[in-house]
Amino acid sequence: MIWILDISLLLFLVICAVAAITIKDLLSAVVILSAYSLIMAIVWVEMQAVDVAFTEAAVGAGVTTVLFIAALARTDGRSED
Amino acid sequence: MSGIQESIIIRTVVRIMVPFIALFALYVIIHGASGPGGGFQGGVIFGAAIILYAMIYGIEDGKKIISDKVNRILSSTGLVLYAGTGLLCMVFGGKFLQYNAVPLFPNPAETAAILMDVVEVGIGITVLAVMVSLFFDISPPETEDDEMFPEEVEQ
Repeated sequence: MIWILDISLLLFLVICAVAAITIKDLLSAVVILSAYSLIMAIVWVEMQAVDVAFTEAAVGAGVTTVLFIAALARTDGRSED
Repeated sequence: MSGIQESIIIRTVVRIMVPFIALFALYVIIHGASGPGGGFQGGVIFGAAIILYAMIYGIEDGKKIISDKVNRILSSTGLVLYAGTGLLCMVFGGKFLQYNAVPLFPNPAETAAILMDVVEVGIGITVLAVMVSLFFDISPPETEDDEMFPEEVEQ
């Protein structure tokens, strides 16, 4: 039963990772990366690593996103390649 | 950015939420010894509370809470707390961070719990100061936006 959840979470993880590096709009990439961090936090909880999940949710989905967006406000927000 | 900052709903919600986020951060720091959480996570959450306030009320108002000077003092204070606790254990003949060597209380477990909390608080203070200073340094200067925006409105 629980392996269905694991497989679907990991599938979402791969989809988010591929989408974050292929998308042209950098703001969308940052938001997708934030979603990636959130799913990764759930995967950490699944793997009984609650401390790591806490760090992933606070740093990965929280502060890093804010810092990325703050840095993005200084650019034109488009990827060249 | 400017439109978000003028919204009365967001300003009120942020003003109500920030104290509770800070309280939760303190809970995470103190509860870290016996469950998930700890100095790093609590410091990040406390820093996120101040970053949230600075995002909505402006960087200048955020720097009134924690100025660059206070940031420098806080980030070194946490390091002193951590290293000082470790060295205190060495002074009393133990190893680095060997808590039960310190004769603070008759019960060594109680001493270990108190000193562990001191170390966690030290980590939290340093992480908080570094996160807030990272945001202040990375975020774009606000004066340009404020100058640009009224011009556009006038035209």
